[in-house]
Amino acid sequence: MHPGKASPILEVEGLTLSFGGIKALTDVGFEVAPGSITTVIGPNGAGKTSLFNTISGFYKPSVGRIRFQGADITATRPPERARLGLARSFQNIALFRGMTVLDNIKLGRHAHLRTNVFDALVYFGRARHEEMKLREEIEERIIDFLEIDHIRHMPVSVLSYGLQKRVEMARALAMRPKVLMLDEPVAGMNREETEDMARFILDVREEWGVTVLMVEHDMGMVMDLSDHVVVLNFGQVIADGTPAEVQADPEVIKAYLGSGEVSELRQRLHQALAVEA
Amino acid sequence: MRIGTARSSYRHDEALFDSRTQHAWLAILAVALIGFPFLADEYWLYLACLVAINIASTTGLNILTGYTGLVSLGQAAFMGIGAYTVAALEQKLGAPVLLNLLAGGFVAMLGGLVVGLPSLRVKGLYLAIATIAASVVLHFVFANWHAVTGGHAGITLVPAEILGLSFDTSFRLYWLFVPITILMVAGAANLFRTRIGRAFIAIRDRDISAEVLGIPLLRYKLLSFGLSSFYAGVAGGMWAYFFRVVTPESFPLILSIFFLAAVIVGGMGTILGAILGAVFMTMVPEALKLVVGWLPLSADATLILSPVRTIVFGVLIVGFLVFEPLGLQEIWRRIRRFFHLWPFRA
Repeated sequence: MHPGKASPILEVEGLTLSFGGIKALTDVGFEVAPGSITTVIGPNGAGKTSLFNTISGFYKPSVGRIRFQGADITATRPPERARLGLARSFQNIALFRGMTVLDNIKLGRHAHLRTNVFDALVYFGRARHEEMKLREEIEERIIDFLEIDHIRHMPVSVLSYGLQKRVEMARALAMRPKVLMLDEPVAGMNREETEDMARFILDVREEWGVTVLMVEHDMGMVMDLSDHVVVLNFGQVIADGTPAEVQADPEVIKAYLGSGEVSELRQRLHQALAVEA
Repeated sequence: MRIGTARSSYRHDEALFDSRTQHAWLAILAVALIGFPFLADEYWLYLACLVAINIASTTGLNILTGYTGLVSLGQAAFMGIGAYTVAALEQKLGAPVLLNLLAGGFVAMLGGLVVGLPSLRVKGLYLAIATIAASVVLHFVFANWHAVTGGHAGITLVPAEILGLSFDTSFRLYWLFVPITILMVAGAANLFRTRIGRAFIAIRDRDISAEVLGIPLLRYKLLSFGLSSFYAGVAGGMWAYFFRVVTPESFPLILSIFFLAAVIVGGMGTILGAILGAVFMTMVPEALKLVVGWLPLSADATLILSPVRTIVFGVLIVGFLVFEPLGLQEIWRRIRRFFHLWPFRA
């Protein structure tokens, strides 16, 4: 089950999350090895995004723990998790539409900057120095890396979907993340854009040494990129292992394809009803 | 025409004014602002002072409403706090003018934080209503805290005095108000070049995303509220020195609406917008008065026309909301864009 030998950078332990009477996640647990690309897959409504929202701190689990670099972060707020080095992108792009690409990326660094309100009003000394250093670093490290120099001064609202996804990744990288969480990074992209994004994800791991945790539906990409795949169905982990292991798992095949046999379906229906009752 | 502005450093690229043309225009503006009081009569100087005060307050509200996306209808009440602070300090202690204005800003800021702490947990219309409630409470305090505010009679001030020089005319006040307002506007412009201002815009555009980037929402909303109230407080202080009588009726709810309208008409979330909006809202009623004055009409007809003036003013505002939702600054931007390539491409 453990893909790496080093102690995990992110651990999810016995996570249960419920909205009213509905259980979105039940006893979900897995580990993310440092430097790995770990992917969470599962059919629609399996609880992937709920899991992401719990890890980034929007939802409080009723049971369970989340550990980041060995420290328990279950009770911390999202901004605190960002400071620790947990960055994420959203399934339906959450950029700041009124700002330029450059300002969006700069925002990623927010938690690492020190400028206070008095520095800011005067924009002299520390504030200016910090801004210039930030600009330089963003230009040389991020904008260059993601090949978005031609759009740096454009408002994000005019960009294509694929470019917006890339800008969102740039913003996440500006956060100096240790773990980068990507929620469906290639959803809605064409083949070429998907391949670009896959290349960036691999490069982020290789060149930046960032651990990647993603949710993705594109099975081809998942199997090509991932070191470790976690499969969720109905809010539960049904498989956890290397892509090859997961692909061969009968539970996974059933979850994705169904078994096709009437008696089997009936049994599953009864099971599902029993869980709800 | 604006060509050949290739930027060779990040510092140049990040500058507020980056081309020679802009610097030239700024110099012309500076000369105009310095020359104006020597050419204008008392009436125009009076208007100029009023515009300066309104720009300061509108810029403050713009930080909160235009940039952070929090609608407040309490700006006038916070101006009231500033005005009363200045009036009380001036009357009871005779403290120095600039110190009084600063104190006015800080006390208003404190008021803003006290109001903001409970009300910033809600947003949108709920926040607007909460700020109206705060205005009502503040009005009550102004009217009934006799020991400090002088009750309904209010406080009457002597003219401001700096180093023995009495600021008793609009001409002299102009030299006090305009530099203060310029400093305040420049401060706001700088704010949005740094992480603080960017955080405000992030909260406006998508607060969930802001939180994930490490921006604590409540703290930044409070900061924005506090800054906005600080601007209102200093503007209120200038107001007190300008009119030299502060009463509870000086800062009615309609004045808060006036500032909100200025922010919207000028263009939300732009520095220039707040300036243009404040100028527009202050000057257009005056301009309409002038126009009506020029018409060859009998005294009776002028009397009838004065409500028409208000209607025209209202129609202008509605017109902006419908036809130019990005405000006056968008018109300005279009003009600028046109001239960037002129005469090579029209």
